[in-house]
Amino acid sequence: MKQVGRAVSHESAVGHVTGGAKYVDDLAQTERTAHAWPVCAPYAHARVVAIDSAKAVGMPGVLAVLSAADVPGENDTGPVRHDEPLFPSEVCFHNQPVLWVIAETEEQARLACAKVDVSYEPLPSVLTIEEAIAQESWLSDVELMQRGDASSALGKATHRLSGELFVQGQEHFYLETQAALAWIDEADSVYVQSSTQHPAETQEVVARVLGLLKNQVVVQCLRMGGGFGGKETQANVWASVAALGASKLKRPVAVRLTRFQDMTMTGKRHPSLARFEVGFADDGKLEALRLQLYVDGGYSLDLSLPILTRAMFHADNCYLLPNVYIEGRACRTHHVSHTAFRGFGGPQGMIAIEEIMDRIARTLGLPPHVVRARNFYVPGDTTHYGQELRDAERITRIWGELSESSEFASRWHEVERFNATSRHVKRGLAITPVKFGISFTTAFFNQAGALVLIYKDGSIQLNHGGTEMGQGLHTKILQIAAQVLGQDLRTMRVMPTRTDKIPNTSATAASSGTDLNGAAVRDACEQLRARLEDVARRMFTADAVEFDDGVVFPAGKREAARPFADIVGQAYLERVPLFASGYYRTPNIHFDRASGKGKPFHYYAFGAAVAEVEVDGFTGQYRLLRADILHDVGESISPLIDRGQVEGGFLQGVGWLTSEQLVWSERGALQSSGASTYKLPTLGDCPPVFRVELLSRAQEPGVVFGSKAVGEPPFMLAFCVREALRAAAAAFGGGAGIVELPSPTTPEALFWAIERARSSSLAQKPDTRRVAE
Amino acid sequence: MVRFTLNGSPVTIDELDPHTTLLAWLRSRGLTGTKEGCAEGECGACAVAVLRADAHGVARYEALNSCLLPVASASGRRIVTVEGVAAPDGSLHPVQQAMVERGGSQCGYCTPGFVMSLFCEYYRPGRDGYDPESISGNLCRCTGYRPIADVARELQRPAPSDPRLPLLQESVPAVGSVSCKGSAGAFLRPSSLPALFDAWEANPDAMLIAGGTDLMVYANQRNQRWPALLSLEALPELRTFALTERELIVGAGFELAALEERMSHEHAGVLPLLEQLLPLFSSRLIRNRATLGGSLGTASPIGDSAPVLLALDAELTLTSRAGQRRIPLSEFFTGYRQTQLAPRELIESVHIPLPAAPRQRFYKVSKRVLDDISTVAAAFALSLDGEGRVVTLRAAYGGVAATPLRALALEEAARGLPWNAETLDALLPTLHDFGTPQSDHRGGADYRRAMIGKLLAKFHADTAGQP
Repeated sequence: MKQVGRAVSHESAVGHVTGGAKYVDDLAQTERTAHAWPVCAPYAHARVVAIDSAKAVGMPGVLAVLSAADVPGENDTGPVRHDEPLFPSEVCFHNQPVLWVIAETEEQARLACAKVDVSYEPLPSVLTIEEAIAQESWLSDVELMQRGDASSALGKATHRLSGELFVQGQEHFYLETQAALAWIDEADSVYVQSSTQHPAETQEVVARVLGLLKNQVVVQCLRMGGGFGGKETQANVWASVAALGASKLKRPVAVRLTRFQDMTMTGKRHPSLARFEVGFADDGKLEALRLQLYVDGGYSLDLSLPILTRAMFHADNCYLLPNVYIEGRACRTHHVSHTAFRGFGGPQGMIAIEEIMDRIARTLGLPPHVVRARNFYVPGDTTHYGQELRDAERITRIWGELSESSEFASRWHEVERFNATSRHVKRGLAITPVKFGISFTTAFFNQAGALVLIYKDGSIQLNHGGTEMGQGLHTKILQIAAQVLGQDLRTMRVMPTRTDKIPNTSATAASSGTDLNGAAVRDACEQLRARLEDVARRMFTADAVEFDDGVVFPAGKREAARPFADIVGQAYLERVPLFASGYYRTPNIHFDRASGKGKPFHYYAFGAAVAEVEVDGFTGQYRLLRADILHDVGESISPLIDRGQVEGGFLQGVGWLTSEQLVWSERGALQSSGASTYKLPTLGDCPPVFRVELLSRAQEPGVVFGSKAVGEPPFMLAFCVREALRAAAAAFGGGAGIVELPSPTTPEALFWAIERARSSSLAQKPDTRRVAE
Repeated sequence: MVRFTLNGSPVTIDELDPHTTLLAWLRSRGLTGTKEGCAEGECGACAVAVLRADAHGVARYEALNSCLLPVASASGRRIVTVEGVAAPDGSLHPVQQAMVERGGSQCGYCTPGFVMSLFCEYYRPGRDGYDPESISGNLCRCTGYRPIADVARELQRPAPSDPRLPLLQESVPAVGSVSCKGSAGAFLRPSSLPALFDAWEANPDAMLIAGGTDLMVYANQRNQRWPALLSLEALPELRTFALTERELIVGAGFELAALEERMSHEHAGVLPLLEQLLPLFSSRLIRNRATLGGSLGTASPIGDSAPVLLALDAELTLTSRAGQRRIPLSEFFTGYRQTQLAPRELIESVHIPLPAAPRQRFYKVSKRVLDDISTVAAAFALSLDGEGRVVTLRAAYGGVAATPLRALALEEAARGLPWNAETLDALLPTLHDFGTPQSDHRGGADYRRAMIGKLLAKFHADTAGQP
């Protein structure tokens, strides 16, 4: 039976629906567990002048007040640059933890925290990208990517326009808040259960804080209640606090953030500012682009540099940029340290070029989808960073197939007709494409390991370095292993991800989980299969044998089948090793930062989406009526899982672009700090007509079973919703001229865009044509 | 002492702090399937099912947010958590099976809450096709909802052999009095008004709790604690529902979901404003608990029920030991979260005069369609004479001032005018100085200001052409 390509349920689905699937905090519900609670600073930027925790120490149930003096190793949890003190003497964002109190119960720890007196000397703060630019507050140097001569091409272009776009960040809002539980195990190791996408780094940071060798720290991740990038680097702090507490108290210590704590203490998607100047021809073809991209990295470096460069890599989306100059810089502000989030900068780069495409179209009075299509890459093109765009024809193929299946052309006219007669309600229709580069752009992360164990009864344990956060990685791993070893899924287990099984693993991130770990598991399984085939051929005295569905038989003679366990038993007697390690590294990827050129990506994932919205002109409120998606996942290993990633990524993108509004006070405090004030999409935002197809005939050579990565790319399919909203807003003003649209486009933001469109339809259209010189 | 039935087994708790939530208690007992996602009743990850009698005394499961339910409130009830949904032999319940097969879970953290909402919907008497409201109070960050909506769309009927059916045929006893103490205070649930006033006098610092969907947010998010919580849940006096030709009387303790069912089904068309309001009032998980009295008593300036009841010219019966008094709702709100209620006085019932003006609209401006809090809410009720002239227009807004507000100048100016575009233009200036909109995380003052007039214009556009 074919296991790869079969639509199967998530491997933990039964645990999910019965409540039996365990998460970190579920394991912490024991009397022995002590609980940590932070003392947080009420300033965005301040010096810690004095700490008096004497009153807290005497409170009921209090076991310890952890401070810098308790740190045996290094007082720092920074994942890349060591710039994140665990117990800071200088507060760098509002609500930053300064100290941690550990008590018998969470409530006792919280009450004790209120008794800790910390005095601060407030310092001036930098809270916006504009302020950071003005004050030259940077986390990094300028990054450059360029091709051709943008300046002279801009000078020669028929049309020129310039503008800017500020795009807000996004809260991850994984349903499971950050959590860690640590104890000292029977072998005197520090053992940490962590909700982390990167157990190896959590291990590294815990060892650093405790002053231990890594082999004295074990980190396990059972599963996460969502990650989305938010637990790639930012799980380390809580694991370190729990481990420090456990090591001091010699008993289990748990840290579980409340939603408010999680939202105010952890980084988000980077807010970004794009400033652009673009030259284009009468037909809408882009001739030159000068783009400055700024991202707000928050107070520390974290992953801001690769996020910034991924934004720059994706400033082309699917469009050829013939003459281009892109300058990027990460700003340092007094906010939480903004971090990885599905798309990892890609969305910030792509939204800029999508904004530009729309402005070109509206300037020329052309339909936006026509201008987009005219700028598509064609086979033979290379990107602005010098990578050949293999499979460029997929962009036009997907565009064409989706336009057809969504009946885009006829609906375009229907919407026009509707808008011509409807005064207070307008509709908008838009189609946008996605191209997303797959691989960690830091080349050495593109490696993975696996360890596969077969027991004498024929049951199998699969270990690999990837973590499960709901994306279905473990399910795909099971299918890959079952395919190679001819098993059904029930005889196999994917074991919890642990640092003592596979060392030095990369984060489960960059959509690469299956590409890397799946290939490593396949490698291990193929070694075992070869050994067992050898045994089976002798047992059956056959030249060739087949493994299928838990039985083994001479090729073509299923009636002679014997259970897999029999072959395994014989192998054991013959002293054939029944375990193997597997390894994979992505071939031929490289990038030179100095020249801004290389082949950073193993391949690209493509897709496109169509959205139709309806907008109320009185209030700016809107509804997504229909969405059509065609997305390229290569040859799907697990169609149910992949479809879930596409749909879920899309709606998460819709949230980023519409209702999810981060509001910060003038003092740098997050005001939208809970579910009642920060609005994720609900069922009501899922379009009533939602048609999702996976691209057929899409096998990707050189990737495990011809598949493609799927985690991040669909997020950016949501751009069509933003563009459809813009089209509807434009319709209120008669349809001509640029419509500036803030992001997120809340009803309030759309209302003002409609009002502007209405008033600008009364004014003259600006002339972008250069005066003849 | 608190006694209830949990997944079929009796539970007795001798000592309990009043603010301890059912969620925290379940998890501390190792029933960790029920999850905390937000602790403010927004995400539904903590949903559990409670067996309750509906308006006709028929037993039904209702999903509640256990993060907002004091454990003591469970007293006398049957509670089912996600651990109690599958059969004892482990075979999955049909809603669980469908969630597994459909790909309804990814990370799994929200899943127990969805399962509980679907479980209650599965057994809901009178279920007639897909009701998106059944899962509108559950947030999922992974799936995009499509597969879960498919599960809800394709719910089967319970099989005749379903082991839960006998329980659903039995009558559910009304909950009785409770008295329970913990180190941090007491939870008291008297079963008559006189007993309530006795308890209140004995505990003058007690806080009243009805559905608790607002109060418990303060306990969870701001760590507010009270020496005693005085529950109104077992007071029959607060649970009246009477519809006459002259008025609708709704007890202050009537749950919004029950009111919704009455007004949208049995008495459809009587008060369109209530029919429009209730599905937009938070989520069903909240409406199953929240009461009309509670939503008025908190005097929130952004509550959605106040504008509607103001536009309907509602009156309140307030009750204290000294007796009853009846006041117009328009005089009830005296300031930001301030009301006319005297010490140890409570809302007993809400009176809505009938017949109401025929043209009624409720508008809720918020960031998303379902399960949101209003940026601005407005309710209008209009009656015209035979020539299309305004007899009465009542207009009330939430979110534009420190209290819910009636637009009296507008109402006055409209009288006698034809309901046409010229009148709208003439009326809009009466709203120029109306309210004192502020900026906050839900919206800017300028947007709120703009909405005051735009919603009147929308009401006009929606009703002017009507016969």
